[in-house]
Amino acid sequence: MKCTEFLKELTDYLDGTLSESTRAELDDHLHWCHECHVVMNTTKKTIEIYRDNQIYELPEPLRIRLHQAILSKCRGGKPGKEKA
Amino acid sequence: MQTIQKRAGEDFDELALVQSAKKGDLEAFSELVNRYDRNIFRIAQHITHNEEDAQDVVQDAFLKAYQNLAQFQGNSKFYTWLVRIAVNEALMKLRKRRNEKTVSLDEDVETEEGSIPREVADWAPNPEQNFGQAELSDILKKTIQGLPPGFRTVFVLRDVEGLSTEETAEMLDLSVPAVKSRLLRARLQLRERLAKYFRSKKNGGGQREVH
Repeated sequence: MKCTEFLKELTDYLDGTLSESTRAELDDHLHWCHECHVVMNTTKKTIEIYRDNQIYELPEPLRIRLHQAILSKCRGGKPGKEKA
Repeated sequence: MQTIQKRAGEDFDELALVQSAKKGDLEAFSELVNRYDRNIFRIAQHITHNEEDAQDVVQDAFLKAYQNLAQFQGNSKFYTWLVRIAVNEALMKLRKRRNEKTVSLDEDVETEEGSIPREVADWAPNPEQNFGQAELSDILKKTIQGLPPGFRTVFVLRDVEGLSTEETAEMLDLSVPAVKSRLLRARLQLRERLAKYFRSKKNGGGQREVH
């Protein structure tokens, strides 16, 4: 297997959605190709860092304000679609 | 790696809430807002890069959903339907902000940038721990903002929100192979850009030749 072929399968490899035989081929490639091993590991880390550090949380006071605004617009029946 | 499912809802009673809201039960709709407002805000922020726009998207998306509930047939999940509305609203905001006629999910997806890894130096162990929370947050924001909208939207739905490839495809009106290809390139581009912060200092940098 070449590195480019490995890369094509990287997303499915990381998501655990490959067939056993393809996975074994990729594991074999990782065994001897240090560069692909680094790419695989650091890509996995990239996903984990974004997943574990939510960068855009909705602050609670703002959340309450938005919620009230949504409901009061809904309460107005079927207003025009443009914001007031 | 197993995708961690973090999404809210999917409960058996969700359909009942939607049915009640359709009849004008605002309390039921309020519960739906509670379930998904954080997710919609995050998705909107990632697409628009602008907090004010993201707040508008949250309001407009829920209002539009409420106004159009009669058209929701229940063929997909309510959340899937809601995200479709929110993504469209967010793209409209982005378009307005850029004063451009078209900002679409197809923008810049033909770029080859980042599809072949060049940076192959290993990272420090737990590199994120070398930064304070605020600094790390800045790095992550700056890095993901550099991706074309079509890439970062796919990445956010799949890897940040933990949705499946099929759900993401349905939300964005893309085919499953298109989602997979964008996700791969988004992941590789982010990795490449993060490397300059997270690279292990002792090994130095590394460029590679692809076999």
